[in-house]
Amino acid sequence: MGVDREIVDMLTAREAGLIGCRRCARVWPAETSHCERCGLKLVSRDTKSLQRVWAWWVAGIMAYIPANLYPMLRTRTLFRTQEDTIIGGAIELAAYGSYGIAAVILVASVGIPLAKFFAIAFLALSIRRGSAMSPGRRQGLYEIVEYIGRWSMIDVFVVAILASLVQLNVVASIAPGPASLAFALSVIFTMLSAQSFDSRMIWDRQEASLKDQLRE
Amino acid sequence: MTDDPKDLIACPHCDAIYRSKDVAKGERATCKRCHTVLIAPRRNAGLRIIALALASVILVVGALTFPFLRIRVAGLKNDATLVDAALAFTDGPMVLLSLAVVAMIVLLPLTRFLLTLYVLTPIVLDRPAPAGAARAFRWAEALRPWSMAEIFVIGCAVALIKVADLARIEFGPAFWMFAVLVVLSLVQDQLMCRWSVWASIEK
Repeated sequence: MGVDREIVDMLTAREAGLIGCRRCARVWPAETSHCERCGLKLVSRDTKSLQRVWAWWVAGIMAYIPANLYPMLRTRTLFRTQEDTIIGGAIELAAYGSYGIAAVILVASVGIPLAKFFAIAFLALSIRRGSAMSPGRRQGLYEIVEYIGRWSMIDVFVVAILASLVQLNVVASIAPGPASLAFALSVIFTMLSAQSFDSRMIWDRQEASLKDQLRE
Repeated sequence: MTDDPKDLIACPHCDAIYRSKDVAKGERATCKRCHTVLIAPRRNAGLRIIALALASVILVVGALTFPFLRIRVAGLKNDATLVDAALAFTDGPMVLLSLAVVAMIVLLPLTRFLLTLYVLTPIVLDRPAPAGAARAFRWAEALRPWSMAEIFVIGCAVALIKVADLARIEFGPAFWMFAVLVVLSLVQDQLMCRWSVWASIEK
């Protein structure tokens, strides 16, 4: 029977009638309410976790829509004022022949945020419905989402740098557009959504099914 | 299960429990199932982290005072400091964004360095952990994802590429200080073994 004994033999804090602290990894008897070492509220499995994940996820998507509809940058040069949305700016760069930079901007500012939304939704759904992807890979996916999440803030920082630097009297000046605020909120909400996820739940289902198989 | 829970360690990512034991300096104990690093003490880590945190505080103060970036176009030039960049959002509700940017690139990294110094200095000197050490270290950990100095530095490089056709951008001394700061905080992060710090706070 192709079952990995080692994984089945592995005991979790919950099965041992204990509770593990997610912040400092200290183990306590199951009835302990707060970790006496670091003060975190202890829950064996954070059952409200998925609700919080989805709430921040929806907020993140809602902020992401205006982030793409409104201009990110307002560029004023001698003769004209130009407003660029994220996608509009990339298209314009491509029109000038900078295909490489346009592609990088599209991947970083559109592709990665969308991929994050899909990844978090997939992880949250896989807790309820199970998934063909192994827990190890889903854990890996979750770590990637957590790691990459904060890097999306780079778009906002670039706007801040350009707006403070390009202030050349009448020749050229750049001001931030309203999309920068929406984009920042979207990044923050998505980070909170990923942080709300209790990754221990990824592993529970596997334990249950493997143990069933062994019992048969 | 007859073990004292104090001698156990639960993987924060997948809840597998192990008997914790002393890990040799430079070695790592990882979770068998999800490969999360659980314990990874380094030789003289405390002292090195303190040195790095002190240097970082000095670099932040320096980076705030010197010019950060300079732009030149056809005889015109403009300097921007770190604070100028952080306060670029000024219209109405956008002010909130300025506050967030100041926090993410200056205040939170600085707070984390100071909290780290507060927690680790007495421990390294073999004194008992200071009052509120658990709370201080908790905050230092909670703020970690939100302190984004390294992302800002890469943002400077991106901004440079974006206006490369139109103007020349020069890096001021503050930029280089900030870049060094980023390297120092990455090293600091690598040296920090959270399990060891929590264990010393508990003693």
